[in-house]
Amino acid sequence: MNASDVVTSVLILSGSALALTAAIGIVRFPDTLSRMHAATKPQVLGLLLVLAGAAIRLRGNVDVGMLILTGLFTLITAPVIANRVGQLAYREQNIREDLLTTDEMHDFAADGESGANGPSRG
Amino acid sequence: MSTVWVIAAAMLAAAAVATMFRMLLGPTTLDRLVALDTLVAVTMCAIGAWAAFSLDTTVTYSLTALALISFVGSVSVARFRVPDVADLTDKGPGK
Repeated sequence: MNASDVVTSVLILSGSALALTAAIGIVRFPDTLSRMHAATKPQVLGLLLVLAGAAIRLRGNVDVGMLILTGLFTLITAPVIANRVGQLAYREQNIREDLLTTDEMHDFAADGESGANGPSRG
Repeated sequence: MSTVWVIAAAMLAAAAVATMFRMLLGPTTLDRLVALDTLVAVTMCAIGAWAAFSLDTTVTYSLTALALISFVGSVSVARFRVPDVADLTDKGPGK
């Protein structure tokens, strides 16, 4: 077991642990926004860690490029999905008001409902 | 090294089961959508760990395909789904 194997093990284990953390957060948290908070961050970071571990173990192979591409796609698309889902959850009030510390969307949502900010349904 | 793979597989399997639980239970469509996203990410983690375990790189293409398809699927569901009518938000224990 040389140094690169140790690095691979640490990366893949921490990535799997982060995926498990995301799953536990999804099961335990009370509303949609909290579940998104639990889901998105450990999910993307855990995936990147696992991909980095796989890339280190598969180093020198041609297909490492696909791993890098996958990481890039995940980094690019995750904020888009989070934006859409978060906005929908806010509009339909699937959130617990008592868990919000600030509500900066309040004024924008009022504008959006009247059609000034594009269609009201995403 | 084999211990590492067993532990990683066990954690990923537990994550998949927990996410599936939320996807079956989740009161609104958006909860199920979030759970589905996480399930795809866990699957991608598992495929990446499998590629590292078996040194077999043919599965790496499916990783990229999964990343793109899950994005298109999530955006489509978020855009075209029918909104939930009932207020099924989990208001916490006691309600």
